[in-house]
Amino acid sequence: MPEAQTKREAGETAPRVEYELQLYYWMKLIRAFEERVSRLHRQNKIFGGVYSGAGQEAICTGICAPLQPGDFVAPLHRDLGVFLVRGVEPGRLMAQLMGKEPGLSRGKDSFLHGGDLERGVFGSTSMLGSSLPVAVGAALKFRMKRENLIAVAFFGEGTSSRGDVHEAMNFAGVHKLPVLFVCENNRYAYSTPLEKQMAIDDVADRAAAYGFAGHVVSGNDLLAVFDLTERVTKRIRAGGGPEMIECKTYRFHGHSEHDAALYRDKDELLQWESRDPIPLYEFYLEKRGHDVKRIRDETDARTHQVLQAAVEFAEQSPYPKPEEALEDLYAASPSTDGRR
Amino acid sequence: MEITYIQGINQALREEMQRDENVFVMGEDVGELGGAFKATDGLLAAFGEERVIDTPIAEALIVGAGVGAAVLGMRPVVEMQFADFISCAFDQIVNMAATLRYRHGGHASCPLVIRAPSGAGVHGALFHSQNPEAWFTRVPGLKVLAPATVYDAKGLLKAAIRDDDPVVYFEHKRLYRSLKDDIPEGDFVVPIGVAELRQEGTDLSIITYGGTLNQCLDAVRIVAKEDRLSVEVLDLRTLLPVDREAILKTARKTGKVLVVHEDRLTGGFGAEVAAIIAEHAFEDLDAPVRRLAALDAHTAFSPPLEEYILPNTNKIVDAIRSLAAY
Repeated sequence: MPEAQTKREAGETAPRVEYELQLYYWMKLIRAFEERVSRLHRQNKIFGGVYSGAGQEAICTGICAPLQPGDFVAPLHRDLGVFLVRGVEPGRLMAQLMGKEPGLSRGKDSFLHGGDLERGVFGSTSMLGSSLPVAVGAALKFRMKRENLIAVAFFGEGTSSRGDVHEAMNFAGVHKLPVLFVCENNRYAYSTPLEKQMAIDDVADRAAAYGFAGHVVSGNDLLAVFDLTERVTKRIRAGGGPEMIECKTYRFHGHSEHDAALYRDKDELLQWESRDPIPLYEFYLEKRGHDVKRIRDETDARTHQVLQAAVEFAEQSPYPKPEEALEDLYAASPSTDGRR
Repeated sequence: MEITYIQGINQALREEMQRDENVFVMGEDVGELGGAFKATDGLLAAFGEERVIDTPIAEALIVGAGVGAAVLGMRPVVEMQFADFISCAFDQIVNMAATLRYRHGGHASCPLVIRAPSGAGVHGALFHSQNPEAWFTRVPGLKVLAPATVYDAKGLLKAAIRDDDPVVYFEHKRLYRSLKDDIPEGDFVVPIGVAELRQEGTDLSIITYGGTLNQCLDAVRIVAKEDRLSVEVLDLRTLLPVDREAILKTARKTGKVLVVHEDRLTGGFGAEVAAIIAEHAFEDLDAPVRRLAALDAHTAFSPPLEEYILPNTNKIVDAIRSLAAY
């Protein structure tokens, strides 16, 4: 599975079979990356908050795979996979998590707050939901400049309680902007269960109130997410206005690595672990006639290699110099900032 | 040609929109109505509704969408209908816009201007009178402007639009139509970060900005005539990054400093000015730095209450005399 297969021209449909294996690779890479990050965190090599997205890999993969270069994606704190699928170098991402100089934010911010705008990945803040208005503004720009691009905003069902989410969806609906809203409904806002967050079952129900379509899909079913996203993004790109995809899912870890998640029922976790998106997809590949064991071994070897290289790169990279703390606050030499 | 302060703002917007097609305006009632104060009057007809966007009542969206467009190379000028409402967009300004370049390791820009009609003295009461500049002057990544003249209203807004960082531009409502000036026609910018000496003097210095500049100049004329006092007046114009050299220069020159602003006293920007002077010019002082600001209360509605709370020319005259006599 050479990387070249992941690069598609705008509008070109991928050869399905090869692409299916690429999707598998991405999910496996995300899982391996997540697990390595959790381990490095336990070893105190990654500090600060670590928010594992293990269990939710099918969403980042299925949503981002059909996107095009230039599309604007605003991921959530749990969406490490977005960075990987959009092509952010694993080494730079690992350096970001370790606070090293070559990281996306050059050591300025932790975890996923550093974006990579060249690859259309916007760094979020910890005020979840605040990136939805930003994604809407990006879509506004695409509309104004007649660019055939879309904005994608990830948010959780917990985030959906915030006013920014309402303001963003309402405006996107009014102006029929090219935005895909992706709700990752993993049933818990930190410890607070769904039932204490909202009086409805599906966040997607709210889309109707903003004048656009809301879809519910199993977020652990990669093909379901991927197929729906392909259809929906085609409509959005064609000027059909925003839509929402709500992905029902579950996080295998706690809110952060500090959280043992004892507020969750063991049976519930067990049920969702049995819906792990990766074996689910392997089952599909098997049905397609692939030699899954061979593919799994090859993929594991490859992701292991990528992870080793990423960790080595990050560990060998320097920390930023202390005085760099005062850099990147303002543009280097703004023309209007002259002193006498 | 003589124009008003708000016409200066309107001209700056119009000229910048003509100059750069990436400049657009967005806010509540900025289109058809031309803005609650008419700052964007005529822009819809001139540039169309794609570049003059009426939004729902949603300040977080207004700023946040501005950020999204700015990150992709646009130069949005968003309007808070009243500066009082800026609190609804606080997170988008201080956490989203101000940190953007920093958290992207210098690989992102946010050339966004947030216009905020601020200030009291128009019987606006608690929620149409606020001067919230000090909430923003301690946020790295932002620039904060407070023009006090027609020339600066136009020139600083143009500079803000061309700046590559997020700028909060506080325009004073009381000055909109009360202030008129004959300013040069055509293109000019006022540099950000540079204070302006409005009056030379030798006995003491007033450091001020925004809505209180003209009250200070009136007070200075009164004490010149009645007390033969020579008072220097420095207009900061930019609060972040503040012109520390200009502050220290006037403090060292006269040795007595009165800081005046319409925002309330405690934690107001005058505290920072006083601290800069105390830290770097203490030995040049002949008196403690004095501050005259709104009293530490909300800006009350009833005229006697509002007048009691706000600084005015008479209060400034009294403060000058008291400091001169020290």
